[in-house]
Amino acid sequence: MKSSTRNPNPNPDTPRFGPSKLMVAFRFLRALTLVHRTAPNSSNAARSRRIQRAAFASMAYSAGPRRAWSRALLWRLHFHRARRLCAGRSRAAGVPRRPSTTRSPADELRRLVPGGTGMDYCSLLEETADYIRCLSEQVKLMQSVVDSGGPRGR
Amino acid sequence: MSGRRSRISEEEIKELISKLRFLLPETSRQGGSRASAAKLLQETCNYIESLHRDVDDLSDRLTELMATMDISSAQAEIVRSLLRS
Repeated sequence: MKSSTRNPNPNPDTPRFGPSKLMVAFRFLRALTLVHRTAPNSSNAARSRRIQRAAFASMAYSAGPRRAWSRALLWRLHFHRARRLCAGRSRAAGVPRRPSTTRSPADELRRLVPGGTGMDYCSLLEETADYIRCLSEQVKLMQSVVDSGGPRGR
Repeated sequence: MSGRRSRISEEEIKELISKLRFLLPETSRQGGSRASAAKLLQETCNYIESLHRDVDDLSDRLTELMATMDISSAQAEIVRSLLRS
């Protein structure tokens, strides 16, 4: 007999009521549908950028304001959206830049994790762990969309 | 007093670093707890960069697929599998 769905989280580190995979999936799939519907004439590169933005957006919205990295991502996404409306093309918002190789590992990490610059070492490590967890889940989600949209899913 | 505070932080930091090591993929984990923190941070950076590249590649693939795939059926399938797990 299957155990109750509300089984206590065996791993005390992951929040019990953190961003549920279902929530992230719903947001991301909804965003995909939107890109599909509203940009029929865009180039592939533009649509890919929009999908990339949608990936980071659904991660950040689902994590909400409880994390520094999600707050930083949300801010970046809104800020870049405002800029995009005024300016021309720009790098896809929310996508971190390629870091240089002359920094210390901790500083490099600060540049990779959204909101990391200026963070103290302890918080940086915590945020990094949470960011990696959510990011790897996002990658798994996108992979499963690709898998289900393959030749089988016509 | 500041000495006591730094001792607590050191333990916290060790714990956080071991948590991070656990999150890295098997191939990136160096031998045991002897790996220096700097090495682990470097591996973490590499891992995050590779995840970003994955998102990039998957976005490209999704762009291609979207032209032909039926999103609503893919949605249904994904939601079903998530509800099952």
